[in-house]
Amino acid sequence: MSDIATRPDLIVAKPVRRRANLLPYLLSLPALIVCIGVLIPFFTAVWYSLEAYNMAFPSGRHFIGIGNYIDLFTSGEFWHTVALSMIYMAASVILELLLGLGVALLLRERTKLNNVISVALLMPLMVAPIIASLIWKLMTNPTFGVYAWVVDSFGLTGFHWASSPGTAMFTVVLIDIWVNTPFIMILLLAGLRSLPTQPFEAAKLDGVPARFVFFRITLPMLMPYIITATLFRMLSAIQEFSIVYGMTQGGPGNSLMLFQLRSYIDFYQNTNVGRSAAILMVLWAITFVLSKLFVNQWHAMRARSNPGA
Amino acid sequence: MNDKIKDTAKEWLAGGMSRRGFGKRMAGLGVGVAAANFALGGAATEALAADFDWQAHKGKTLRLLLNKHPYANAMIADLAHFKALTGIDVQYDIFPEDVYFDKVTAALSSHSSRYDVLMTGAYQTWQYGPAKWLVDMKPYLQDATKTAPNYDWNGIIANLRASDAWSGVPGEALGSASAKQWAVPLGFELYNVSYNKRLFDKMKLEPPKNLPDMIEIGSKITRDAGNGIYGVSVRGSRSWATIHPGYLSTYTNYGAKDFDVSGTTLTSAVNSAQSKAMNKLWVEMIQKAGPPNWATYTWYEVAQDLGAGRCGMIYDANIIGFFENSPGNKESGHIGYSAFVPNPDMKQSTSNVWIWSLGISSFSKEKDASWYFIQWASGKNFGIFGGVKQELVDPVRETTWKDPAFKERLDNGYPGFYEAFEQSLPGAKIYFTPQPLFFNVTTEWAASLQQMVAKQVSVDNGLDKLAAHIDREMKSAGI
Repeated sequence: MSDIATRPDLIVAKPVRRRANLLPYLLSLPALIVCIGVLIPFFTAVWYSLEAYNMAFPSGRHFIGIGNYIDLFTSGEFWHTVALSMIYMAASVILELLLGLGVALLLRERTKLNNVISVALLMPLMVAPIIASLIWKLMTNPTFGVYAWVVDSFGLTGFHWASSPGTAMFTVVLIDIWVNTPFIMILLLAGLRSLPTQPFEAAKLDGVPARFVFFRITLPMLMPYIITATLFRMLSAIQEFSIVYGMTQGGPGNSLMLFQLRSYIDFYQNTNVGRSAAILMVLWAITFVLSKLFVNQWHAMRARSNPGA
Repeated sequence: MNDKIKDTAKEWLAGGMSRRGFGKRMAGLGVGVAAANFALGGAATEALAADFDWQAHKGKTLRLLLNKHPYANAMIADLAHFKALTGIDVQYDIFPEDVYFDKVTAALSSHSSRYDVLMTGAYQTWQYGPAKWLVDMKPYLQDATKTAPNYDWNGIIANLRASDAWSGVPGEALGSASAKQWAVPLGFELYNVSYNKRLFDKMKLEPPKNLPDMIEIGSKITRDAGNGIYGVSVRGSRSWATIHPGYLSTYTNYGAKDFDVSGTTLTSAVNSAQSKAMNKLWVEMIQKAGPPNWATYTWYEVAQDLGAGRCGMIYDANIIGFFENSPGNKESGHIGYSAFVPNPDMKQSTSNVWIWSLGISSFSKEKDASWYFIQWASGKNFGIFGGVKQELVDPVRETTWKDPAFKERLDNGYPGFYEAFEQSLPGAKIYFTPQPLFFNVTTEWAASLQQMVAKQVSVDNGLDKLAAHIDREMKSAGI
C-alpha cells in the first residue's frame, strides 16, 4: 500500500498548496492587466518608429530599422528641439523650486491666515494648462491685455511677449511658473510642517544663526521632498505641450518647438507616424534616464540617513 | 390632402419658413402633429422625389462628424427636412475647430465606422484620399439610380467642384479627368478686404487698391488712429492656416508658385524672384501695419479685432467681414467690403479659397445613405435655405447667388459684400499644387515667415532655406 493510502493528511494538503501558489498571481493580476495596457501601445510605438510610415502614403510603408533615428540625430532641427526642451525644463523647474520653497517657508507657521493663503495659492493648479495659456494670451495682448498695459506703463513699450522670438521662452516659462509653482509649494509646505521640531528648538536655544539653520538643518531634512517635487516637475516639464501649443503652436519660427509639439505636429498634421514615434521614443529614453537618476539619488540618500537599514 | 396644407408643407420644404412657422401655420389650419408630418412626408416626396426614390434608405441612421461653424449650424437647423424627405435618422458630433481635424485624423486612421459623413477641407483630402480613408463620389455622381435627376452637379461653381477632386498624383491638376471626387463642396470662403468704414471715413481714407497701397494706408492708421488701433490684420500663427488666405492670394497675384512640376517630381519654387519680391512687401506690411503680436494671430483674433474696432482692415476670409458686421459686435453696421488685387500690374484678383466640404468615410457601413445626405446638403433647396435663413453666406451654387431673396439679404444688411464677391469670384480657386505633404510644407512656410518678420533671417535667405527644407522633405517622401 502506498504512503498516500496510509497517510490521509497528504491527500488533503495538495489542493491547499495549489491554492496558496495561485494566490500571488491572482493578486497581481490587476497590475498585470494595467501593465499589458501600457506595454502594448509602447511596443507598437517602438515598432512604428522603425518604419517609414506616413499615413498619406500607405503603399510606401516599410521597415527601415533605425532610419528614423539616424534622420533625427543628424538633423539640426532635432538638436534644436533637445536644447529648447532642456532650457524650458531647467528654467521652469529651478524657478518654481525657488519660488515654491520661498512661499512654503513664509507659510510654514500654522496660522489661520497662512492656511487661507496656501489654499488661495493653489487656485492656478486647478486651471487646465491649455486654459491658462489662453487666459495669458488675452492678458498679454498688446492692444488690450492687462499685463501688456502694466509692462507698457513701466516704459517697456514694444514688449511682444509670446509673439517675439526673444521673449517667447520667457513668456511660456512664466505661465508654467504661474500654473505649477503651487504644486511645489504645497509639497514642500507639507514637508516643512512634518519635520521634527527638536533640532530647531535646540538650535534656537543655542542661538544658532538662521542662515545656518536653513542650510544645515532645514534644507537637508527637506531634501527628500525637494527631490520628489523636482522629479515630478522635471518629468512633466520635459513633456510640456499644452501651454506652448495654446500660446504659440511652437513659434515664432522654431523658437518653442519642444519634443511633444514636434511629435504632435508630425503625427496629426503631417501624418508621419514613423518620425513622430521616433521622437517620442527619444523623449521616453530621456525621461527614463532622468527618473533613474533621481530614484538612485533617493536610495543613496536613504542609505546615508539610515545606514543600518 | 387639402391644397392649403399641401402648399404649406411644400413651402417649408423649400426653406420658405421656419419649423416653428410651419407648426403654427398647420395649427391655424386645424392640423395636428401627426397629420402635419403626414402632409410633410407627402409633400417632400412629391416635391423632391418626383422621379427619384429618396425613401430608399428609410429607417437607417447616419452619424456625422462636424466642425463648429455657421455652415454646420445651417445644416443642423435644417436636418428635420432631410429626415422628412428620406426617413433617414441623423445624429452628429460637433467639435470646435481647434481640435476638429485631430478628431477626424483619429477617427479615420483607426478605421472607425462610427462616422459616416464628415466635414473636411480640400487640402485635407490630399492626405485622406491617398490614404484610402474617403470614398470616391464620382461613381455616385455618374449613377442615375443613386443621384436625383434634379441634383444638378454642374450647378456648383466649377472651380469648387474641381478643388475637391484629385487623382492622387503629386502635381497633377485638380479636377483632371482621372481625378477622384473625394468630397463635395458645402460652403466656401474667398479672400478680400473688409474694412472699418467709420474709421476710414474719419481718417478720409479709401480702401487699398493693391499691396503697396495697403502698406501705406495701414501704416497711416497704425501711426495716426490712436488708442492702439493698427492698420491691417492678417493671420500669423505657426500654422498652415497662415499661408492659405490673403498671403497665398497675394503670392499668386505676384506670379509666384509653390512648386515647379516636372512629371511627378516637385521642386520648391518658394525662393523664386517673384516670391522674394512679394514676400519683402508682405513682411514690410506686417512690420509697419500688422498686429503687434502677429505671430500668435489665427483667424479668430483677426475677426475679433475687426469686430471690436482694433484694426482698420483685414485681408482674410470675406465671411469674417459678414459675421463681424452682424448685430452684437461693436463695429456692427460699419464694415465695408472691397475686392483686392494685390499686384499693381494685375487687373484680376487671384483669391485662394477654403472650401468646407462633405466626404464619406471609407469605413462607413451606410455609404449609399451617406451619399443621399450629401446630395441633400449640397443641393439647391438647402443652399437657398442656408443662404437666406442661416449664415451659409458663401454658398457653392450659382442658383443661390442668383436667388433674389439671398441678394436682397446681402444688399440690405451688408452693402458691398455681393459686389466684392462677384469681382473676386472669377479668379477664385485653389492655387496650391496638390500633394500629400501640404501641411508639412505650409506649416514650415509659416514658421519661415515668422522668422522673416522677426528679422531672425532676411527674406532672401529665409526663402532659400525654406526651399531647401521643402526639397529635402519631398525627396524623403519620394516625390
